[in-house]
Amino acid sequence: MTSTLTLPESGTMQVVPARWVTPWQTWGSILIVPYIIIFILFVVYPIGYGFWIARHPHSYVELLDDPIFARSAVNTLVFLVVGINIKMVIALLLSGFFIQARTWIKWLSVLFILPWAVPSIPTILSLRFMLNPEWGVINTLIFRITGEDGPNWLNDPTIALSMAIAVHIWKSLPFWTLILIAGRMAIPDDLYEAASVDGATKWQKFKYVTWPSLRTLYLTSTILSMIWTLGDFNSVYLLTGGGPADLTHVLATLGIRYLRLDQVDMSMAAIMVALPFVLPLVFFMMKRLSK
Amino acid sequence: MKRPTLGAVTSEAKLLLIGIPVAIWTLLPIYHLFLFAISPKESAFSGKLWPDHPTLHNFAVVFKQEHYYLHHFWQQLWNSLLIAVATGALTLLVATGAAFAISRLKVKGGRVVMNLALFTYFIPAAFLAVPMYRTMGLYGLLNSQWALILAMVTIAAPYSIWVLKQSSDQLPVELDEAAIMDGASPMQLFWFVYIPLMAPALVAIGTYALLLAWNEYLYAFLLLSKDTAVTLPVGLGNFLAADDSPWELLMTTGLIYALPPAAIYYVFRRYMVSGLTQGAVKN
Repeated sequence: MTSTLTLPESGTMQVVPARWVTPWQTWGSILIVPYIIIFILFVVYPIGYGFWIARHPHSYVELLDDPIFARSAVNTLVFLVVGINIKMVIALLLSGFFIQARTWIKWLSVLFILPWAVPSIPTILSLRFMLNPEWGVINTLIFRITGEDGPNWLNDPTIALSMAIAVHIWKSLPFWTLILIAGRMAIPDDLYEAASVDGATKWQKFKYVTWPSLRTLYLTSTILSMIWTLGDFNSVYLLTGGGPADLTHVLATLGIRYLRLDQVDMSMAAIMVALPFVLPLVFFMMKRLSK
Repeated sequence: MKRPTLGAVTSEAKLLLIGIPVAIWTLLPIYHLFLFAISPKESAFSGKLWPDHPTLHNFAVVFKQEHYYLHHFWQQLWNSLLIAVATGALTLLVATGAAFAISRLKVKGGRVVMNLALFTYFIPAAFLAVPMYRTMGLYGLLNSQWALILAMVTIAAPYSIWVLKQSSDQLPVELDEAAIMDGASPMQLFWFVYIPLMAPALVAIGTYALLLAWNEYLYAFLLLSKDTAVTLPVGLGNFLAADDSPWELLMTTGLIYALPPAAIYYVFRRYMVSGLTQGAVKN
């Protein structure tokens, strides 16, 4: 069948016979309907149901009175602003490192993907045990080198949240580095050659060639990463479980905490409160990608 | 023979100064996991870089299900596999059809569907988890593995449709015209032209959906609860319930569970990386 599909070279052939329109549209509808059914059953209906659960104003009053909610909102903001910017800057720098033509760097880049390629549960639990104050490998090393006890990593809310951010960075840094490597590879070599001829320094090459080409991709990646990080449940839940004393929750884990306490309305209200911040990011991304 | 110049040595040293910390940072948690898995229980906590007596005893315990937390190990591994494969297959079915309809058949309203799908892709997964959980309850699907499969298809499909549509848009329109000239029906075009040409993208998407479902934790523990119905990650999470968890067994089970996705990733790396990054770079 495929072998008969050699094309006429002319290219002037106009093929829009009216009799084709109907079966094409019919088949088109048949093929797209499964997704539409899934979308209605598992996206539209749950979202509508969520709004309906969160319809009572008193849920919001109760939510805003809950100190754990305020703390979670701050934590989420720290997670996004500090965590993502650190991650993206490192990814930008490392993408420059990984495009160096060296065999050992090629091999390193293959290993570097591992955190992203393996499931998060085992590795996060491994990190959790490394941070165990009594038996963990980190405090054992600190004790061996300095002779003093290391910090109680997961029992101090500030350190615990920082560690959750570190776990998040560990897990998702490879992906964003990969994206920025692809972005750097797409920059034509002659731009750099021309800059070299003009006697540009490394920093000038970055400033006038690399950054202008990567800027859009970098911004898009940052925003996409913000949206995904809002949904990052594992980094916090599996490392700290929201503790100590519910001080390290983020919005993603707070919703589940309320669900566990049988306060579904609060759970949905917490998400509703976040929507005014999330939706602009979502629409920005949709405009970018739906071209 | 050219002798390395001083400049070359310094630049190599500078690169190593970045490369070594990156390697340690990347591998430490994974090596730690591996170290626990091959250490006898007593020496796992010693802080040594290599155990004095490496052993496969932990693996034997896991495979023979000889611990309270591991009574359903094989069942849970099977559940993970079943759900991942079902999610991969269903996502491919749904997304390929939708992408073909939107991109090649130019079905009316296709653009709207594409945008709605993209919108779904950008909802943080944890935000949809609670309403999804309640909805599955209303549908009577809670504790059925279909609930998890359908939820994962819902999450995997939007990106899949988008990537497939992007690849599909790059196929020359003359292909369709030629097929029509030969009297091909839309379904013949789909099977004999579209599917073969899209094979690399389909491999990438199938793998993506499969790994997404295999790795999922949040939805799995919300939607499934019976010990014999849950997936392995939920079983691993249950280890945390006790204070005196057998960490060496947890790490061993975790390592076993982490191996297939790592292997799959490395086998399909070529497809995955190009498939997953092409859309991003285009902007």
